[in-house]
Amino acid sequence: MSQTLSWGRYPHCPQIPHNVFWPEDVPNGLERIAAFQKGVGLAYGQGRSYGDSCLSESGHLLAMAKMNRILFIDWKSGLIFAQAGLTLAELINIALPRGFFPPVTPGTKFITLGGAVANDVHGKNHHVHGTFGCHVKRLILYRSDEGIVECSQSLRKELFEATIGGLGLTGVILAVALQLRRVTSNQIEQRNIRFQCLDEFFDLSQTQDAVHEYTVAWVDCLASGAQTGRGHYMAGNHAKDGALTPAPPGRIGIPFDPPCSLINAISLRIFNTLYYHRQYHKETVRRVCYDPFFYPLDAISQWNRLYGRAGFQQYQCVVPKKDGREIIRAVMKEIAKSGTGSFLAVLKRFGNLPSPGLLSFPLEGVTLALDFPQRAEINLRLFAKLDRLVHDAGGRLYPAKDAHMHATDFKKAYPRWEAVEALRDPKLNSLFWKRVTQ
Amino acid sequence: MTQTILIIGATSSMAEAFALRYAKESAQFFLVARNKDKLDVVSANLTAHGASRVISFVMDGNDSHLLPELLNTIWKTYERIDLALIAYGTLPNQCRAQTDIPYAIAEFRTNAESVIACMAGLAERFALQQMGVIAVIGSVAGDRGRASNYLYGSAKAAIETYAEGLRAHLLRSGVHILTIKPGFVATQMTAELHLPSALTVSPEYVACDIHHAILKRKDVLYTPWFWAIVMWIIRALPAVIFKRMRF
Repeated sequence: MSQTLSWGRYPHCPQIPHNVFWPEDVPNGLERIAAFQKGVGLAYGQGRSYGDSCLSESGHLLAMAKMNRILFIDWKSGLIFAQAGLTLAELINIALPRGFFPPVTPGTKFITLGGAVANDVHGKNHHVHGTFGCHVKRLILYRSDEGIVECSQSLRKELFEATIGGLGLTGVILAVALQLRRVTSNQIEQRNIRFQCLDEFFDLSQTQDAVHEYTVAWVDCLASGAQTGRGHYMAGNHAKDGALTPAPPGRIGIPFDPPCSLINAISLRIFNTLYYHRQYHKETVRRVCYDPFFYPLDAISQWNRLYGRAGFQQYQCVVPKKDGREIIRAVMKEIAKSGTGSFLAVLKRFGNLPSPGLLSFPLEGVTLALDFPQRAEINLRLFAKLDRLVHDAGGRLYPAKDAHMHATDFKKAYPRWEAVEALRDPKLNSLFWKRVTQ
Repeated sequence: MTQTILIIGATSSMAEAFALRYAKESAQFFLVARNKDKLDVVSANLTAHGASRVISFVMDGNDSHLLPELLNTIWKTYERIDLALIAYGTLPNQCRAQTDIPYAIAEFRTNAESVIACMAGLAERFALQQMGVIAVIGSVAGDRGRASNYLYGSAKAAIETYAEGLRAHLLRSGVHILTIKPGFVATQMTAELHLPSALTVSPEYVACDIHHAILKRKDVLYTPWFWAIVMWIIRALPAVIFKRMRF
């Protein structure tokens, strides 16, 4: 049987997936896991969580990818009701020709609806549309103590709120009702603006976020001194007209594990310098297909292998608006000093739309995300410094990306975790949850 | 041109993957399965993926006496069927079948007799319309009787031999019979087995192979392709050696 890891391939805890085809396979699967290992399981979608939030303690998972059927779509209103294993990629292929698109999409389309709910994912339009959970109308769960349960804003509200961003712990998510948004084209009007320092990024956010639905910035994590925080600000809106055809699938892949990380101090410096200078003009405007705009990394399947066998960790934090500028500057300085980091360092301003989820990550403020090749000592030392900056400012880390957060920091940053623990299905648990709650 | 597709055993993993390919080309369907709830979900999913029309019919393949009614309903609903796939089956527990004879007979009925009844009934109707393809799912296990699953193997051998004869019988009628022989596939039927991951394919892979085999009017399809070579060697092994093998 093939074994599986999380997206960051760290921690290295190979898991055995058990395929679920129909809702009735869920109780059987959980019983089988209990019998094998006397342990508890966890639902697993496409394994795009970076750290250990998608890994179960027993090493056995319920693989939900085959539960990907659409149960109902109302093409007038754009309300879709589908099994939780449906991916955004499949959803876009069906919905786009009819003029609909996911209301919120993260940086990969290879995630399931269940995973999107469990991590309450966000996208480049957080300042306009909030998180994924804001658009979920209804959830169907399987709980080992209750059987099949339905919840929504009006029905068992406390379970609904605990499940959004609940890391799949409050029951196995079987089906999701999601409100799609209308689009009239598969094109995005994209505006790219080069900025030379962090202050310029914050000024751009101030002016551009108001007129663009989608905004995000790439930063050169190695630039230091006066150039700290230089990068590209990318903004976009759905084009008014154009075709509604989905993007063709064509992808290249990384067919093997390189023995060591291909992303290192030298390759990173070359890439970042070239990428920063890729556009001659300070500002460019063009139309692009939705696929390269939202999902640039999806073009390379299994890009996580670039980091070699040891894997990598992503550090994604959010810092409240009040001290955002200073803290992000301090964080960037620490990272530049360490000389490690990733091609894709992402900076984005979150808006103030609240999510229904109790454990939802976004806060009104600024978020920064960076990948680090897994090197135990360097990461540990750097993350400890960053953690202090972030948590002392009232910020927090993203559980979906995390493999290092300390229990005390987690409990302080997510004070409502006890409400989720109280509603946790006793037959479900993750390595992440064990780590941060004990 | 819109294709009209009949699937018996429509909630099986391979049937679902197969139907989805054609739904995306706006085919119309007649689906038969024994579990109404699952059948409704499969129908809704095909409609969402673009199927132009989906009619479903609840029936257990073992109830061969209901076959005439089924066939009447099918040809009352659609004038002609371009493609029929018989995709149901079970994986009997060989150990139990050795001592529990009624169980063994019931399993053989499901996997062989009832499938032959379907093929016979469909062949008659297809011969009248003088066109179309009837595809039936056999198995690489049907090529030789192995100690570990010879009840399953013998049932698959029965339907494959029947299909071979039927193909010859219908040669000049314009109707084609396709025998599909999958190796290890990760389906509901094999969910509890420990299949070697390097040799196991997805139902979508098999569905793609079946699609192409139908276009090429292949007689027998081994899927994935390497099983054709593996089984050629296994068929060539003398019985003296084969009977000593334990796999």
